[in-house]
Amino acid sequence: MSQSIAIIDYGMGNLHSVSSAVEHVCPDSEVIITNDSTRILAADHVILPGVGAIRDCMHEIRRLKVDKTVQQVIAQKQPLLGVCVGMQALMTHSEENSGIACMDYFSGNVKLFQGEQFTPGHSDHLKVPHMGWNNVAQVADHPVWEGIVSDTRFYFVHSFYVETDDHVIGRCDYGAPFAAVLAKDNVVAVQFHPEKSHQPGLRLIRNFLNWNGQ
Amino acid sequence: MGLAKRIIPCLDVDNGRVVKGVQFVDIRDAGDPVEVAKRYNEQGADEITFLDISATHQGRDTMVHMVEEIAKEIFIPLTVGGGIRKVEDIRTMLNAGADKVGINSAAITNPEFVKEAAEKFGSQCIVIAIDAKKVSLESEPNRWEIFTHGGRKPTGIDAVEWAIKMTQYGAGEVLLTSMDGDGTKAGYDLELTRTISEAVAVPVIASGGVGNLQHLVDGVVKGQADAVLAASIFHFGEFSVPQAKAFMAEAGVEVRF
Repeated sequence: MSQSIAIIDYGMGNLHSVSSAVEHVCPDSEVIITNDSTRILAADHVILPGVGAIRDCMHEIRRLKVDKTVQQVIAQKQPLLGVCVGMQALMTHSEENSGIACMDYFSGNVKLFQGEQFTPGHSDHLKVPHMGWNNVAQVADHPVWEGIVSDTRFYFVHSFYVETDDHVIGRCDYGAPFAAVLAKDNVVAVQFHPEKSHQPGLRLIRNFLNWNGQ
Repeated sequence: MGLAKRIIPCLDVDNGRVVKGVQFVDIRDAGDPVEVAKRYNEQGADEITFLDISATHQGRDTMVHMVEEIAKEIFIPLTVGGGIRKVEDIRTMLNAGADKVGINSAAITNPEFVKEAAEKFGSQCIVIAIDAKKVSLESEPNRWEIFTHGGRKPTGIDAVEWAIKMTQYGAGEVLLTSMDGDGTKAGYDLELTRTISEAVAVPVIASGGVGNLQHLVDGVVKGQADAVLAASIFHFGEFSVPQAKAFMAEAGVEVRF
């Protein structure tokens, strides 16, 4: 599966893990780390990663016109994978940093893990960030699930989560159920880090690269 | 079902070599961190932590190359600690492929460094590493103090207050080492671990003193740790990561297989 894969670089965080994982599962591919729209729009597959605070991410996404490029990627049916904050950036709105409007491709909001159970002193205290390996239930079929059984564990690290009932194909539970994987048309978005989730994560990346977006 | 407790093998690296010895029969070079990390990765370790104990610049440069090599082949989270003193050190390690960095003595010299680091890189990659020792007498309420220089130098800082302060400054995880337990094989300091784990909102990794698999279970069940770190029990081939996980699962601890 020789092909070109664009990893969108908008200056937020370390893209090496994502590119190493892609190179590992698809050694013949050409991996391009860029924010150049021409190169992104010419790629066979596109990945939108992200770490850090959503305000900074959205600021850079808008400043570099990555939002416009993502719209075009979606419109011309290139398979797109959003990872972690890359997923959150595709939602309507995030309550992080006192409220930030996001790209609104998926309708739904990004919320903080909070409440009694997340507070020190609670008898069954859940720590924030939600950090480590948690089960993802496959609630709908999708090509990215090929060869991965439901409830497989993936590596998460996040303090904010996506709340929506629409287009959910994978659900996780941490205090309450939340959307771990969304899929709509040619777009898949994951809250966990497939590039850090050992074999199942690499399999999911391989499945994404084998997928034509339909 | 639910978030698994993590098992984290820790490698002390000096000038690009694993020290304290590692005895895997089929590893070509027992002291090569890349080989050791690959083995732990294959065994199902949930994360790997490297502690750079190099004293020289050359040793630190070697560490950066080593992280680059490992990150190309290992797809689980990597934490690097030791000698992280400046924002530039963090950037270098993250660019090399580390997912998190541990900050220890630089935070004591300049607590604002943790705030700056968390703001710049995000809390998710900033681990506050705390080396604590019990300083209260048997008759007194428990009190632990932060020590530096491998446990030789007291700082006068209360360990519990320090953990709370550092997590408020943005550290996303606490790597808590009991200097009393370190190297003794007598088990974690469970009271210290539980006290800090209950006091902070972020995950706590118990470290220092593991001698058997029951100690790992105790760290989670009695110490309320979110992850358990161990070095020698894995290095010397006494136990493998799958054995540790099977033992923990048997004891009712949620682990990843």
